[in-house]
Parts: sequence; C-alpha cells; structure tokens
Amino acid sequence: MQQPGRAAEIKAIGIGKSFGSFRALDNLTLDIGRGEFLTLLGPSGSGKTTFLMILAGFVQPTEGRLFSDGVDITDRPAEQRTAGMVFQGYALFPHMSVEANIAFPLKVRKKSAADIKRRVGEMIERVGLKGHEKKLPAQLSGGQQQRVALARALVFEPGVLLLDEPFSALDKGLRGQMQAEMKRLHQETGTTFVFVTHDQSEALALSSRVAIFNHGKLLQVGAPDEVYDRPDNRFVAEFLGEINMLPLKGVRPADNGSTGLCEDRAVSMRCKAETVRGDAILAIRPEYMSISGEATAGENGIAATATNSTYLGAATRLDLTTRQGAKVTVSVPNEIAAAALSKGNSVWLTWPAEKGFLLPHGGQ
Amino acid sequence: MRAYLSDRMGAALLMAPLLLFLVLAYAWPFLGVVKWSFTLPTPGLGQYEALLTDDLVQSVFIRTLRIAAVVTVVSVAAAYAITVVWVRGTPAQRLVAEFCILVPFWISVLTRAFGWVALLSNRGLINTWLQAIGFISEPLALVRNEFGVIVGMTHFLIPFAVFPLASAMRSLDDRVLLAARGLGSSRMRTFWSVFVPMTRSGIIGAALIVFVFSLGFFVTPAILGGGRSVMVAELIYLRIFQSPDWGLGAAISVVLVLFVGALMALLFRYVRPKQLI
Ligand SMILES: Nc1ncnc2c1ncn2[C@@H]1O[C@H](COP(=O)(O)OP(=O)(O)OP(=O)(O)O)[C@@H](O)[C@H]1O
Ligand SMILES: [Mg+2]
Repeated sequence: MQQPGRAAEIKAIGIGKSFGSFRALDNLTLDIGRGEFLTLLGPSGSGKTTFLMILAGFVQPTEGRLFSDGVDITDRPAEQRTAGMVFQGYALFPHMSVEANIAFPLKVRKKSAADIKRRVGEMIERVGLKGHEKKLPAQLSGGQQQRVALARALVFEPGVLLLDEPFSALDKGLRGQMQAEMKRLHQETGTTFVFVTHDQSEALALSSRVAIFNHGKLLQVGAPDEVYDRPDNRFVAEFLGEINMLPLKGVRPADNGSTGLCEDRAVSMRCKAETVRGDAILAIRPEYMSISGEATAGENGIAATATNSTYLGAATRLDLTTRQGAKVTVSVPNEIAAAALSKGNSVWLTWPAEKGFLLPHGGQ
Repeated sequence: MRAYLSDRMGAALLMAPLLLFLVLAYAWPFLGVVKWSFTLPTPGLGQYEALLTDDLVQSVFIRTLRIAAVVTVVSVAAAYAITVVWVRGTPAQRLVAEFCILVPFWISVLTRAFGWVALLSNRGLINTWLQAIGFISEPLALVRNEFGVIVGMTHFLIPFAVFPLASAMRSLDDRVLLAARGLGSSRMRTFWSVFVPMTRSGIIGAALIVFVFSLGFFVTPAILGGGRSVMVAELIYLRIFQSPDWGLGAAISVVLVLFVGALMALLFRYVRPKQLI
C-alpha cells in the first residue's frame, strides 16, 4: 500500500520547551531514521507527550528547530504536517461512524469519492474492522476503538505515525495482541513510528530504538539490547529493569576492558573504564548472574548468603546478601535455588565478564 | 440500596413544600382555566371550534410561531458565537463575553424594551444617526412591528441559550479537536465538521428553551410591537381583560400550555436538566 520511500526522516535539534518557569523539555537533539520504530520511554511527567506534541505541531517549542526530510517544519501548523497521530484515549469523532472517522483525513485532502471508498475499505480490512463500518465509536470495544484510531491515522499515508500510550487503557491480553498488530502494521506500511510508553518491556519488545527520558532530558538513545545491556547511567539502568549494583574499588583499564576489586576479589569487565576510575559501581542484570559452589580461577564471582526466595513458576527469585552487606537478586532454576537455600550458608555468585558494566560511583 | 432509598425520600421531603407551592400556585388555578374553556359562555367544545375557525386567533398563532422560530435561530446563532468566546477564548475575551452574558440579567425586561424603543423608533438614535450621515432620507420602520419584537426578544433570550451551549462545549474533549487538526483539517473545517456537531445536544437544548420562552412573551411584544404584532400571550390578555371573552382566552391558554408541554417533553429527551444551568 505504501512505499517505504514516503516515510519521513526527522531531525530535532536543541528542542526546549518551558511552561512559564517550568522546564518540560531541555535541549533535546534526536535523529529519527526513515521507517524506524522509535519508542520514547520515561516516567510520568518526563516530557514524552510534550515532545510528541511538538513533533505533531500542536505545541510550539521555545527553542530549537525541527526538520522533516531536511525541511525546517518548526513553524508549520499541525494541519500542514504529514504526521498521523493516535492519542491516549483515541480521540475518535463520536458523531461519526467508523467509516466516516477513517475517511476524514482523506476528505479534508479532497480525494475523490471512489479513491476514499477504496482506501477506507482497504484500511478497514487491514485493521480487522470488517462488519463494523456503520457503528459509532461508543458502540465499539476498547480494542476496536484503538483499531479505528490506528486506521484513521494511517489511511492518508503519513510520513510519520505518532502514538501516545495507545495501549494504556487495554487489558493485558489485548495489549499483547495489539502490540503484535502494530509491529505488523509498521512492517507493512514502512512508515516511521514514534511511540510513547512508560512500560519498559513494551518499549524493548517493539522498537528498533528506544529513547529514554527523565525530567525533560533525553538520557540515552539506542537499540533495545544496547540500552538494556549497556546503559549510560544509573537511571537508565534501573528504569529498564531490575539491576544488581556492587561497589567496586581500584577500577582501571585492562587488556580487553577493565578490572577492579569487588569485595576484595579481582573482577574483570569487557567495557572500558573511560570516565570511571577508582571507585565505581558494577551493575549486572539478575538473569545474567548464576550460582555455583565455588568460583573457578579467573571467573568473576563473590561469596553471598541466600536470605529469601520467591517461587515464580518457571524460575525462583533468590535474594542474597554479600559478605560486605550488598543486596543482590538473581533469577535461577528452581532446584538450584532450593539447593542454595538448604545449604544455609555461603554460595558463589558468578557472572560473565561481558555482562557487567560500570556506572559512576554515587549520583546518576 | 436502603441508603439510596432514604436519600430519595429525604430529597422528596425537602422538595415537598416547593411542590405543594407549585400545585397551589399554578396547577390548581390552571385546572380552573381548563374548566372555563369548556364551560364559558356555554358548556361544550364551542371555544375549541371557534379557535379553529377564528381568523384573528389563527393569524396570531401563526405570527407567534413565526416570530418564535426567527428569534430561536438568531438567538442560538448569536449565543453560539458568544459562548465559543466565553468557553474557549483568551482570559480577556472570556471576561468581555461573561460581561455581555451577565449584564442583561441585571436590567429588567421592561427597561430593556423601552431601551430598544429609544434606539429603534423613528426619532431614535439609530434613525437619527443614519439620517445625519445621509445614509437614509426617511426613517426606517424599526419598531412597532415584527422586526422590533424580534430584536427585543432576541436580546432578552440570548443569555438563556448560552448556558446549555456552554455546558456542551465544556464537556467536549480537546484532544478530538487536536486530532482533527493533526489529520489535516483546517481550523474552519474543524469547527464546522467536528466542533459544531459535537455540541449538538447543546444546540437542541438552547433552541428548545428559547423557542418555549418565545411563545409566552408578553411585555416585549406589547411594547416593541406597539399593538400591531400581537403574540399569543397578549391575545389571551386581551380576551380576558378587554373583550371579555373568557372562554376563548382560556381555550387559547390550554392549547398553548399543551404545546409547550409537548416541547418540554421533547427537550428532556435530548438534554438532562443539569445541562441547562
Ligand atoms: N500546557 C502545560 N502547561 C504547564 N505545564 C505543562 C503543560 N503540558 C505539560 N506540562 C508539564 O510538563 C511536564 C511534562 O509533561 P508531559 O505530558 O510531556 O509528560 P509525559 O512524559 O507525557 O508524562 P505521562 O507519562 O504522565 O503522560 C509535566 O510536568 C507537565 O506537568
Ligand atoms: Mg503523556
């Protein structure tokens, strides 16, 4: 239906937005590639919606410029941009049928009746709304309304589709289904998608890249595995999932990465000790840590005591305390957890060198 | 459930004195009027027959409906414009709109009718000015006719149309308007094809209120119509106090009340009473 060539490439340079003295967005520079699926992720109030509104043209930035395919669109009004938008709560036209809602963007573009009919028909089929054409939005379920909103935003083949927490009102099952559907729509249309969520697993599952926001600042942008495995700072590390942090001393560069002392044992990391020297924090995701009877020479490991366990079905979550009192959580197979607990005393926590990364000591 | 019931009982008890008052002050006397319409001057349906054949009565009814229709269209359109400014304007614009809406409530209907006479009469402000700048040579007939009545009634009724419209506009989700703009619709188009249809219940409510009010107008048509644009309420007054033809006056009243009652029933199908204030 649509050539990927139509997808827009967006460049935001030094975008800032103040509401009075409140700084909602600060010096945001971000490139959104043609046809990519970018997710804006961050806690409530971090400026995600504000940035999306600036992209759509509903909010004027206080500083910075916005380019679409190399053209400066900062001062262009919303109706002259080629952005489709799906609002939180969908914002369907309550007085129009499903069909009329989807036809609206084509009508305002003065397409011929035959063209409108064909494209609306195609779109209704594509989002699975056949048989609901004549209904009003109020007569549809949440998931169906969601589909109408998607269809309405995609039917005029926008260069970019903006989605503000489109699934937040749906129950878990439907949410998963709609996520899969959206991924499919992204592949089929080839359009650039900018998607807002504050659900980190949704962000990691859907996107080609994730942009993490906090307090109006863009903290890091990268592919899901990149931001998950190699976060730039503590906020990103913690926001993307559970993380264990161990104090590290004497950090210095080594042959292929860096080394340091963790509770008096030498440990090595693959990452470079670029900005961090001396004291630092070693961060490791729980699922990358395992438990064994004894650390073999050259392997990263520290001694700890199991204190608590939570049965999760497929695995067990084990809480441990190291000798120097750091708290660590791991997710391990059930029988290993049982064994670790029954021993009552010390076990070894080990992890591969490439899975540990360094964060600056203290602060963010 | 019990709490809910006792709440309802409590509410009913609180309202009882008012209901009693309304029954005594309006319903009871009205039953008397209904009785007259069937008994004066002789028992039977004679007055209702006369109503159907009397040319004067019919022309007054038709004029009343015509004036009410014009006043409704003009008032609702004007109120719509004011309400848009009041609800969606900048703070300064809101203040001005609010002033325009509230001030008329502080001036009695009689004062306002005479005010319009002063403005619209042959030697009133408007005609004098228009003649002074040489725009017209003869004064325009702006008052003591239907035009004057319509102007005066519209002016009186605009504020009453504002409230149902304002409540409809306030409950409208802003994001729907943004969505329309984002989908490529100009401001104008968004207004006409999204904003106006979404405030439909307010428009219907405002129109019915204005229409019902217009039907019972007495003071304004009496003063600004100068006896030449008699409306139903004035006709009833004339039949009872001047002709005296109580039976016919009563029959006209009964028809008017039934008609208004039907319109009110229609009104409450479209809007909840809460939306009118
Ligand atoms: N029109 C406005 N006037 C004043 N402050 C605003 C306005 N719009 C947003 N803000 C503020 O800007 C900050 C960022 O808001 P924004 O809606 O972008 O957050 P968000 O990341 O989308 O949050 P959420 O996940 O809760 O939707 C918030 O603190 C909010 O209060
Ligand atoms: Mg938001």
